Amino acid sequence: MTVAPEAPGARQAPTRPRTTLPGPPLTADPGGERRRALTSLRDTDVYAMVGAAAAALSLTWLLFGWLLPFNGVVGFVVMAYGFFLLLYALLVSFDEDGPAVVDRIAAAVVRSMGLLMVAILAIVVVYALVEGRKALVHLNFFTQDMELAGPLEPLSVGGALHAAAGTLIMIVIALVITVPLGLICAVFLNEVPGPFARFVRTIVEAMTALPSIVAGLFIYATAILGLGLDQSGFAASLALSVMMLPIIIRAADVVIRLVPGTLREASYAMGTSRWRTAWHVVLPTCRSGLTTSVILGTARGIGETSPVLLTAGFTSELNLDPLHGPMVSLPLATFEFVKSPEPTMISRGFGTASLLMALVLLLFVAARILGGRGPGQLTRRQEHRRVLASRRDARRFAARAGRVAPATGAPAAAATSADPTGAKPSASPTPFRSAPGSSS
Amino acid sequence: MLFKKRQPQLAAAEPVSGSQAALSADPAADFPRRLYADPGLPDRVFRAVLRSGGGLVLAVMLLVGGFLLYRAWLALDRAGWSFLTTAEWAPDANRFGIAAVLVGTILIASVAVCVAVPLATGAALYISEYAPPRLRQSLISVVDLMAAVPSVVYGLWGVFFLQDKVLPTARWISTYFSWIPVFDVAGADPNDPLASASIYTSSTFIAGLVVGMMIAPIICSIMREVFSQAPAGEREGAYALGATRWGMIRSVVLPFGKGGMIGGTMLGLGRALGETIAVFMIISLTFDIQWHVLQSGTSSVSSLIALRYGEASEFGMSALMAAGFALFVMTLIVNFAASSIVARSRSGAASDA
Repeated sequence: MTVAPEAPGARQAPTRPRTTLPGPPLTADPGGERRRALTSLRDTDVYAMVGAAAAALSLTWLLFGWLLPFNGVVGFVVMAYGFFLLLYALLVSFDEDGPAVVDRIAAAVVRSMGLLMVAILAIVVVYALVEGRKALVHLNFFTQDMELAGPLEPLSVGGALHAAAGTLIMIVIALVITVPLGLICAVFLNEVPGPFARFVRTIVEAMTALPSIVAGLFIYATAILGLGLDQSGFAASLALSVMMLPIIIRAADVVIRLVPGTLREASYAMGTSRWRTAWHVVLPTCRSGLTTSVILGTARGIGETSPVLLTAGFTSELNLDPLHGPMVSLPLATFEFVKSPEPTMISRGFGTASLLMALVLLLFVAARILGGRGPGQLTRRQEHRRVLASRRDARRFAARAGRVAPATGAPAAAATSADPTGAKPSASPTPFRSAPGSSS
Repeated sequence: MLFKKRQPQLAAAEPVSGSQAALSADPAADFPRRLYADPGLPDRVFRAVLRSGGGLVLAVMLLVGGFLLYRAWLALDRAGWSFLTTAEWAPDANRFGIAAVLVGTILIASVAVCVAVPLATGAALYISEYAPPRLRQSLISVVDLMAAVPSVVYGLWGVFFLQDKVLPTARWISTYFSWIPVFDVAGADPNDPLASASIYTSSTFIAGLVVGMMIAPIICSIMREVFSQAPAGEREGAYALGATRWGMIRSVVLPFGKGGMIGGTMLGLGRALGETIAVFMIISLTFDIQWHVLQSGTSSVSSLIALRYGEASEFGMSALMAAGFALFVMTLIVNFAASSIVARSRSGAASDA
């Protein structure tokens, strides 16, 4: 480690001794020493990379265009990449030894894989949006269903309203089923440990990879063939629930497991009962993580086609009744649209797919904004609110202590702000962070 | 269990007085105190609710397998072992089996894994080792987002975008590597420049490519998590001995993350086996055992179900349930193995840094 030289411009306390902060250096080279540049990128590296890239591109172009009977974009890219690696190794080997050459090549490969991953995502998303633009520019795409639009109608007639409404209805019913059940099960896995909970966890973890078509087949066999239900939105949301339930449980289980044991033990040490600990300490502490897990499960459920394909039937009309009659969702409508050979229908399919992508993106952004923080990590506003509540508690305790036993109980009472009898549950989850003394 | 011991003060009154009574009766005897605390009615209700919730979830999950087996029994009973060896699907004529679709499913999944594993390993190493810290969090988000993109969107992309781009490459591979049996394409004539490329469309290779891109983010996120847990002390030790970054990765990160790599790959394999819509959109279903990866026409269990469930008779439905059950068992086994490997690699392999 390079030690920063003593800064001559450091602020000195005028009277009593205090902490000295290094100020900005007055000269470029304080003490005649120069800071060492810690970057490992040198000019020759850049030259080697650019040169290898240019040489590889031209060589591949020569081979593809003139010498060999090859064609196709993918082949071109693969070949150019191979040449690039070879030439890069050659150029680096002029001024480096063996291990360094291997290091450079590995770094190039790893970096390009990371880039490829991002590029694939970008291409997939952008391609759907670009192809769907023809349908998306017509406003009727968002306000009409396909009842009046035959396969040959232009894009100015008909839309995907029925599919959007169907998706929303299905996912809401599925969430009403899965969120309470999933959260109860996740809390069960953590709060009532034992052999039974371990068994349930094993089964749930194995079921996260349940093929979605098997979930659809299960509901088709039980609810539709067995119980005689219609092919309907409700059956589809049951199938989605079967598929989403293990995903949500597993994600929530992981999040709840991250709640620090000290918080729980502190709560138990105060004499809190189990359900109050779970409700007032465990769940609020991991609220953001739970939200994220539910939203990500929703995103998975929204995009699933095959359970809906088996259980919802297909219609081109708007159907708002989940119990009777077939209902379509966005992915199912996409799937059915692009089966048609008509270009307008295919455009509609891409438009529906873009709508679906937009919905998933929206959910994803929401998950990132609401969640993504570890348990107990607070936003500034939450922290502020907690400090205020804690001060309020401290005042209340002080007032009560003043009434009952003056001058003795105040500090002790302030420390027990996690007491379940406290009026504000929002003040209780993290008593350590919100101790009144540390609030300033 | 721990907490039971920590919580005796709730019901401290009776046990303590009881033990004092016993002590006064026989002061020499020192018997262990019963460490049970009465949780009280609300807690008992709470625990009952939790248990029943867990039980309900368990029941649903077990029911999925149980009910499929029950429904499939009719067909399985009639077909016997020939169900696994027949490459034909005519349940009403009593000739049906999953040999062809199973081979197709496994081939598609293996192509997918071959595509996804290098991509995911590279991306995971990039995120955990090479990426600048500012970029890291957004890259993780991108990979998560990629895992959440609906499969129908991948399917669209595969059919309308990727297929045309890949066909010349498929043709090239089949022309120069047809001496490897897997890459052979029956009926292809490399000397005919006007030959239609349609013999290469809708193949196992293209379906596998698309499925590989779908499972790559899943594999990548597991690998990244394991790689980033590689102990800092060993990393620094490798650097201190003069290792390059790749040397450090090869001698510390990869051996440490081996379990996670295998487990993540198998989790991805489980997803690839069960993938329906993207595969269904790309392939053209055949019921022969199709070993030629590049040739048009292949099959998978899930596409078979998606194609035939609507027109199936009652017995045909039972046969489809049997196929679904086979798929279910296959993914379950793969997934069990994967999660046990991942769990072991996370807990046991840690060393103090």
